[in-house]
Amino acid sequence: MSAPLAALDAQTIVDAIGLGAVYALMAVGIGLVFGVLRLVNFAYGQLVMVGAYTLAFTSHWPVAAGIAACFAVVVALSIVMDRVLFRPLRGQSPAVMLVATFAVAFMLQAAALLVDIRDGTIGEIAGSIASFNRAIVVGGVEVRKITIAAVIVAAVALGLLALLLARTTIGLHMRAAATDFGTARLLGVRANRVIGLAVVLSGVLAATVAVILTVQNPFVGPDFALRETIVVLVGVVVGGIDRLWTATLGGFAIGFATGVINGVLPTDKSVYLPSAVFALVILVLLVRPAGLFAWGRAAAERV
Amino acid sequence: MLEVDGLEVRYGAVPAVRNLSLSVAESEIVGLIGPNGAGKSTTLHAITGLTPAYAGDVRLDGRSILGLAPEAIARAGVALVPEGRRIFADFTVEENLRLGLAARRDGDGRGALAEAFELFPVLREFRRRSAGALSGGQQQQLAIGRALVAGPRVLLLDEPSLGLAPTVVDGVFDALVRIRERGVTIVLVEQRAQRTVALADRTEVLANGELRMTLGPKDAGDTARMVAAYLSA
Repeated sequence: MSAPLAALDAQTIVDAIGLGAVYALMAVGIGLVFGVLRLVNFAYGQLVMVGAYTLAFTSHWPVAAGIAACFAVVVALSIVMDRVLFRPLRGQSPAVMLVATFAVAFMLQAAALLVDIRDGTIGEIAGSIASFNRAIVVGGVEVRKITIAAVIVAAVALGLLALLLARTTIGLHMRAAATDFGTARLLGVRANRVIGLAVVLSGVLAATVAVILTVQNPFVGPDFALRETIVVLVGVVVGGIDRLWTATLGGFAIGFATGVINGVLPTDKSVYLPSAVFALVILVLLVRPAGLFAWGRAAAERV
Repeated sequence: MLEVDGLEVRYGAVPAVRNLSLSVAESEIVGLIGPNGAGKSTTLHAITGLTPAYAGDVRLDGRSILGLAPEAIARAGVALVPEGRRIFADFTVEENLRLGLAARRDGDGRGALAEAFELFPVLREFRRRSAGALSGGQQQQLAIGRALVAGPRVLLLDEPSLGLAPTVVDGVFDALVRIRERGVTIVLVEQRAQRTVALADRTEVLANGELRMTLGPKDAGDTARMVAAYLSA
């Protein structure tokens, strides 16, 4: 290698944590729906994309109104996806459901392009919230406000979700449904209520991610968040998709690893980033096919 | 109170239950015995909505519950203690019991849990432990307790003695008597034929998806009649 690896400095760590936080939020959104429906929602990134377009198209509105519109549109779209597709397909083979979400993903992407191209150019700019991307200097480290916001929002959202799952009755029902849906229903757990809540929560998380990613990159196109979704899906499987917290850790880990490798690789070598990350992924899958963070029984069952 | 009328269940083209009719009165214990594959579990699954019925009807207090979702049938007052117990091993004992409250219509969760603890004191003792750490017999008590906190009118049990030591089975059967004393109607599917016949008010013998014979408690001592019941099956 011609250039030496850059030192692993505080700047890199801060950026990596910020990326990990956003990926963890996406991982939870994907993991929640997988838990109750056993469905890997490939179209999750398109929920984020639609949220980003909503922010772009409302960028002449007050910021709060634009963000509210983003949440409303994304949650509504999640509910429509659930009613039109997920519920009718419930219980079908995982392959059928995965392919169905592929179809939704590309349909939404194509639809977004049709809407976007009306002004003669591809891509819209979400100008109003871009100012949150300014950096402040903390102890010699440049930290973007949105990075701080992302970490705080992720911590708060995950904390609230953990409380909901651990302490409330509906949370208990969701955990039971994710473990053994048949027995949960036999005990009187209402399938539609549990699935509905999981879908709405995952929509709220997608909207949150849409706001954060749009601040970081206000240029919104039809493939917005597509790459992130693929990386997060990989992270979720690497972490262990069977459990919400292992999926979340997987999402965080792959975001953090991407951030670190990106910081350590010299700028002229950054084209090697995806191959480095995915080589790592293959290695982890070979060594721990049940999931990097799956221990004990869950790991043993897969062997 | 619980009426099964001309029930037919098919797996593909193969009939698993054929023209089965059964009427269970309030506070009665009815046994359902028969060889493997006779259709005992399938009957319970059809009553609780886990398996669709091909023909016939299931009524609770004269109201048809056939075709309802499993959670709706649970809320109507029919609880199943499934084969293999199906407890949530990673959850605490108390969380398992609280899940049983999902089918309860009134809000008296505390009272219901207290009643389950009274019936099975070991559950109170271990309520903060993970359910997977319990012994087989304790897990069976938990599965029954979880069904009871729903406040069911009818309790269906699918082979509750499976895999348990004989002394532990005694405990389970004793509990059933005490549960009936509380006014709960019981349908008991079992492999332990003699004990079931002795406990139940009457026991139906099922074979090839059809009811073949009805036995009373007195028949439990009549080995010849027990053998005949199984041979006819």
